[in-house]
Amino acid sequence: MMEITEGSHAVAEAVRLCRPQVISAYPITPQTHIVEALAEMVANCQLDAEYITVENEFSALSACIGASAAGSRTYSATTSQGLALMFEVCFNAAGMRLPIVMSIANRALGAPLSIWNDQQDSISLRDSGWLQFYAEDNQEATDLHFLAYRVAEDHSILLPAFVCFDGFILSHTYEPIDMISQEDVDRFLPKFSPYERLDAADPISFGMYATPEYYHEFRYEMDRVLKQSKAIIQKTGKEFSRMFGRDYSAMVEGYRLEDAETAIVALGSICGTTKDAIDEMREEDKKVGLLKIRVFRPFPTEDVAKALAHVKNVAVLDKNISLGAKGALALEIKDALYSSGIPVKDYIIGLGGRDVRKKDIKAIVALVEKDQGDIFYGLRREVL
Amino acid sequence: MRELRIHGRGGQGSVTAAELIAVAAFEGGVFAQAFPAFGVERRGAPVQAFVRFDDKIIRKRSQVYEPDYIIVQDSTLIKDVNVFQGVKKGGIVIVNTEKIPDYKVPEGVKLITIDATTIALKAIGLPITNTSLMGAFAAATGEIKFSALENALNHRFPKDLAIKNIEAARQAYNIVKGAA
Repeated sequence: MMEITEGSHAVAEAVRLCRPQVISAYPITPQTHIVEALAEMVANCQLDAEYITVENEFSALSACIGASAAGSRTYSATTSQGLALMFEVCFNAAGMRLPIVMSIANRALGAPLSIWNDQQDSISLRDSGWLQFYAEDNQEATDLHFLAYRVAEDHSILLPAFVCFDGFILSHTYEPIDMISQEDVDRFLPKFSPYERLDAADPISFGMYATPEYYHEFRYEMDRVLKQSKAIIQKTGKEFSRMFGRDYSAMVEGYRLEDAETAIVALGSICGTTKDAIDEMREEDKKVGLLKIRVFRPFPTEDVAKALAHVKNVAVLDKNISLGAKGALALEIKDALYSSGIPVKDYIIGLGGRDVRKKDIKAIVALVEKDQGDIFYGLRREVL
Repeated sequence: MRELRIHGRGGQGSVTAAELIAVAAFEGGVFAQAFPAFGVERRGAPVQAFVRFDDKIIRKRSQVYEPDYIIVQDSTLIKDVNVFQGVKKGGIVIVNTEKIPDYKVPEGVKLITIDATTIALKAIGLPITNTSLMGAFAAATGEIKFSALENALNHRFPKDLAIKNIEAARQAYNIVKGAA
């Protein structure tokens, strides 16, 4: 049923429909509304889950690790400094192969303190072994939670997943959402069936010590499984689209890309504004298209290479910066297109909540067509 | 696409107004999007909130720079903030004030003033003007039906508070309709 609601509340409702058995989270702007709503649902018996209140994010995800290892479907949510505090625990959750799902209401990292949006937080965890989904709008942000649990819990995968949606820009926006019914969610997402679990009668250990004879192979296995998850994501996305009509079978999605000469590549909510800008540029006969990256980990390298094989220029929009190198998305795109020789330029944009407008997208297209890029876009020179 | 920008001060309910206008617009069958100008919430500080209305899904995520409609909850903002910036020709500006305006809106823009503070004090007992201004917005623009606004308020607030706020909205609605 279509309803108009705030992004955070839609995400909380989607999480409720996934029937998590244990939730542990620590409130932090702009994630707060999600966990407030879930706490209320648990208190009102609308959700039969254990809500573990903790003193910080390190403990929140640690509680999820324990609960997941004991065989529960678990959930957390965080952003920015909260995710940074979870750094160690994120690697542990993935290394123990626990299919925890966590929403990230993307926000910049301090210092200087910023509560506003960019994607530095989740991007900085790209090497942790978590799957990373990015939502363009709140419909996608809700739907990706159903998908994330299915993929994460698949016995051939068993890795945790981030569902990333831009803080404030999506989390605090009211817009219409088609929410799936409990009955339909139950059909799509069966009860969690743990592959292994802690059991006092049959003791096992998770995350034990690995000597140099074993550690290397553990990392190999995680990498192999993440890459293997591409097929599962596509298959599960196809099943979702058959059941509910919204197509998430591809990890990348083209918009007016078929005959494009210039392609913009982007992650998250910036794709919406970009599509509007593309429509206007198309009216001026500019052959511009968008490649939206829905899944950043595993990275769909082959899909990117295929989707962009015909273009002349690629402009990558990065709401993050690997300081001293480039934007993380641009590095992936350059890798994917290396043997094609197609020029790829990077534009660091919208850090710490700097607004991104259609005119900015158009300006970037003009820059890439003049072969100018690999820059911080829109710098205020007067404050430098 | 039509766009609304609401100027207020922290605590005046600008964000709530944007949300409820979007809810009411959606009930009327259009796509709507409401969001705040993401700031640090402080009482009294200038804040903004935005609403978009369209017949198709709204994809744009940037803030509103060229609004069709502007609501100013607190006329003392006019000297500090360029509240009329970017307003489109043919646009409508609604200002909460009891005074005769000593400022000018851009040419081709309609200015409606309403003493929402007095209405709110009488109907609600508090100088919370957002619901009166929603009523004025409904009457001035036709973007939302009064009945849809009523439903949105009933849904958001406890019953006694909803009744008072609906009364405030209705008074402002009638004043603006009567003046038109």
